[in-house]
Amino acid sequence: MDDLITEFLTETNESLGELDLDLVKLEQNPNDKELLSNIFRLMHTIKGTCGFLGLPRLEKVAHHAENIMGRFRDGELEVTPDYVTLIFESLDRIKGIMSGLEDTGEEPQGDDSSLIARLDAVYEGKDIEGTAAEPEQPAVEQPQAADADLIAEEEPDEHGFVPVRAPTHPGYSNGSGAESAPAPAKPDAELPMANSAAAEVGLATKTSNVAAQSLRVSVDVLEDLMTMVSELVLTRNQLLQILRTMKDTEFDGPLQRLNHVVSDLQEGVMKTRMQPIGNAWSKLPRIIRDLSMELGKKIDLKMTGQDTELDRQVLDMIKDPLTHMVRNSADHGIEMPADRAAAGKPETGTVWLNAYHEGGHIIIEIKDDGKGLNTDRIKHKILNNGQADAEELEAMSSQQIHQFIFKPGFSTAEQVTAVSGRGVGMDVVRTNIEKIGGSIELLSKEGKGSTFLIKIPLTLAIVSALIVESASERFAIPQLAVRELVMVNSKSENQVEFIKGAPVLRLRDQLLPLVSLDKILKLVPEDNVPAADDLAKAAIDDEGESDAANNNVSQSKRFDSANQYIIVTQIGAFLFGIIVDKVFDTEEIVVKPVADVLKDIDMFSGNTILGDGSVIMILDPSGIAKVSGELEASDTSMDTAESEAAQAQGNDKTSLLLFTAGSGAPKAVPLSLVARLEEIKLKDVEYSDGKSVIQYRGELMPLTPFYPGMDLTGDGNKPVLVFTDQGRSMGLIIDQILDIVDVVIDVQLSGTNPGLMGSAIINSKATDVVDVGHYLRSTNKDWFKNHGDEPFGDKDAENTRILLVDDSPFFRNMLTPLLKVAGYSVTTMESAVDALKVCESGERFDMIISDIEMPEMDGFEFAQKLKASNDTKDIPLLALSSHATPQDIDRGHEVGFSRYIAKFDKDTLLNTISQTLVEVGSEDSSRRASS
Amino acid sequence: MTLSADSFTDTDARMMDDPTGLDTRKEYLSITINDQIFGIPILQVQDVLGVQKITRIPLAPPAIAGSLNLRGRIVTAIDVRKCLGLEASGTPSRGMSVVVENKGELYSLMIDTIGDVLSLKLKDFEQNPPTLDPLWRDISQGIFRLKGDLLVVLDVPKLLNTIHS
Repeated sequence: MDDLITEFLTETNESLGELDLDLVKLEQNPNDKELLSNIFRLMHTIKGTCGFLGLPRLEKVAHHAENIMGRFRDGELEVTPDYVTLIFESLDRIKGIMSGLEDTGEEPQGDDSSLIARLDAVYEGKDIEGTAAEPEQPAVEQPQAADADLIAEEEPDEHGFVPVRAPTHPGYSNGSGAESAPAPAKPDAELPMANSAAAEVGLATKTSNVAAQSLRVSVDVLEDLMTMVSELVLTRNQLLQILRTMKDTEFDGPLQRLNHVVSDLQEGVMKTRMQPIGNAWSKLPRIIRDLSMELGKKIDLKMTGQDTELDRQVLDMIKDPLTHMVRNSADHGIEMPADRAAAGKPETGTVWLNAYHEGGHIIIEIKDDGKGLNTDRIKHKILNNGQADAEELEAMSSQQIHQFIFKPGFSTAEQVTAVSGRGVGMDVVRTNIEKIGGSIELLSKEGKGSTFLIKIPLTLAIVSALIVESASERFAIPQLAVRELVMVNSKSENQVEFIKGAPVLRLRDQLLPLVSLDKILKLVPEDNVPAADDLAKAAIDDEGESDAANNNVSQSKRFDSANQYIIVTQIGAFLFGIIVDKVFDTEEIVVKPVADVLKDIDMFSGNTILGDGSVIMILDPSGIAKVSGELEASDTSMDTAESEAAQAQGNDKTSLLLFTAGSGAPKAVPLSLVARLEEIKLKDVEYSDGKSVIQYRGELMPLTPFYPGMDLTGDGNKPVLVFTDQGRSMGLIIDQILDIVDVVIDVQLSGTNPGLMGSAIINSKATDVVDVGHYLRSTNKDWFKNHGDEPFGDKDAENTRILLVDDSPFFRNMLTPLLKVAGYSVTTMESAVDALKVCESGERFDMIISDIEMPEMDGFEFAQKLKASNDTKDIPLLALSSHATPQDIDRGHEVGFSRYIAKFDKDTLLNTISQTLVEVGSEDSSRRASS
Repeated sequence: MTLSADSFTDTDARMMDDPTGLDTRKEYLSITINDQIFGIPILQVQDVLGVQKITRIPLAPPAIAGSLNLRGRIVTAIDVRKCLGLEASGTPSRGMSVVVENKGELYSLMIDTIGDVLSLKLKDFEQNPPTLDPLWRDISQGIFRLKGDLLVVLDVPKLLNTIHS
């Protein structure tokens, strides 16, 4: 059976169970609005899903039943037992159809018109009499509906009604059984008993089959289970380690068995977390289809290996990068049909998506037969960005040049279209993949197409790691990053050589840059002379190959004499070697996050407890690559400058779209405010009511030129930034899109021009930061109006005082007008310390919205302080953050934040504010009422 | 910084008889570092450890001695001496540690010796003298007068906060 159908059956069975229970409750409390809307929602979901899956019979019945419930909900129809009975009847019909569906995978044939007629009669208010007048009706028509498999018997009355909820959902039987009795009672009485009972039982079991085969378990439970299994694995490892040192003990046998059981258990629990990768791909065909329509290309998406399973957690993390890359392939890779024909290729371009297992990893291949990367254009862009100079480029292979597309800030503005080139760049893709210990490779041939190879680990919970030693300290390196191990000593063919102190190794036909682990971790004193005891130890470890004379030799000599191990590591396409003193075995480890105080150290991705009980740090190869890597080398200077600035600003980096319009400095607007980038033909611009508009997606979209007097005549095209909100759109016409950059904005001069928020230095150029709000309001005066959702209850919004704490002037400038327009009175503070002072001074606020990352006192501490004081502990707190991990959110809740909101999500922000205020308001009033 | 009223809520009903609260007692684990006695509120103490195998953490702040395995949990070991700006003393450390929890993470505070659990009267409590080293003022909740000695009450969360900087 189709997976979707199975899932649908499981889900719907659950919903139906819930519906039974709720309906009974509703009958008892006909005025329970919440219950009503829940019932309505459940029915609506069933209807919606049926429609989606193409199950017309189910959909019809659900639809008509929903109609009645809609009237219940709107209070136009009184909830009476008769009506509820009718709804139950529809539910039974739905169950009957579903059991048929479960048996055959198809909807059974049948006629529901009479039931529907009665439902409609009630809906139209013609009353239930019709129903009462023909009580036999359900009995006559239900058999077909219910028992597709029993149709042959064709004895309507025999199984006159579909087995009801009682057997299917034993837990609910008490309540629903009693209430549902009236409906089937009459036909029931007429049934030849034995036969019907058998049919009933048989059907009941069938209905629950699919439901019983799969269980919905909360992810939390699985995560807990996984953690415990991980601990068990560790303990097992410890036991095995102890066992190794002992010989012939009586523990041998039992431990062996334990070992096997734990391995099986681990595998079993892992399986619960595994999902086919196809789940992450399911949206892609649609995306490609829409894209090809929009771009006028012919694109075929071929997917293989959908069944390849991988950890849910990993799956979640690659979903977005994958979507982005496939979109990229279709948008940038595949050419227009005419170009393809000219190049001698079939008109229809193909994007292949393939996934398979390979040695503990999953390989995902995204391939297209498009035009490939344009090396010259990338070169041009590199030069423009100053990421390398012409000479360096000359020396690079095209492979190396292609790697630049993974660099931050490498977005080619020409490529910005409505579909890609916006937001997630390839650097984000790479970062996301590397975050989960994966790597991405790119092969591209101009004119032939590009292939991306993504290699990701099967799971993140337990990884295999190589244990190494450097300067007598042990470290774990994830096996995933290790390409090979090379041992070097005085007798080996290749030696570590030095170029002005930088160690390198000739490895086959390549020169491998090396880093010494003890040096990058500063395990040896700065002066590079290894401590005497280290050397002595090295000498001993050499098993006599070197002698005490080594004690005074230079470090290079040390490489000659001792066995050195080089761990050849690959991060993306960058290959380098890590020099360590010793290599032990590999061990399965459970990655545990490092303590908070150690989070800033890039070199470690976590820590773990080894089989022998000692704690060991897990090295992060990409962190090491960053310190040593040529990949990053060229822009380190920029990075440090930028990161320092970021530190000072509390790390608030913002994606900005840079563009030009009119004369003067480039303009910038936060990318997240822009819904789409479009290019319009000026001849399509029309004028209505004296304003310029354009037909856009079937609607009229007002257009505002960025500056008055912009020339909108002629035949050319103009780029337009589209802002969308609550179904309304407006376009801002500009001259040219320049670039998208991720920067820390520091608005230095506040603007006098109403359309500008101020000026900031971006890409070392003075840039005007645009106040989007101004343009939105100028097009449509009540643009923000609907947002407040009537701020709250009957209270006048003006009286709602909000304290906004954020260290970044940019956000203060952006949010304050937004909140003000929504009708709140806003006070801003640039630090938590100041804000606390204001609160202590007795100023009253109805709500405090605070940033999390701030210098001096962060949002968490701020919240704790507020909650600790009697005066402020009841003020609702909202956290505002540019990035929120689940841990952050948990922690936020712990210290007293009611909600967590992403910084740029203005809809959610406004909704949350009004919602929180309503909640608090109702709490207040209920408190008042009870006291 | 004074001991806030609610830190005494765990202490008993004697409050009732003693409206001034001065006879209220609070229990501290006494520890010594460089012969100075410190007190840690007893409820914050999770564990007392002897000599442990500590894994050094390269590149970590100097006050972090490393990490250790406490029954399957990874505990960060803090060299309290460094936090307090003290030099290593002549008296050899016995390698004792007190394990405390802060924000869901375990920290092991490395100290010289562990003394008794003291039940101290609030009337013997004093604010930090203004002449106290500013570094210490930050991490001390106040001073208890003992017979012949002064006990500095360690503010554990603040002590751990100093590591970041």
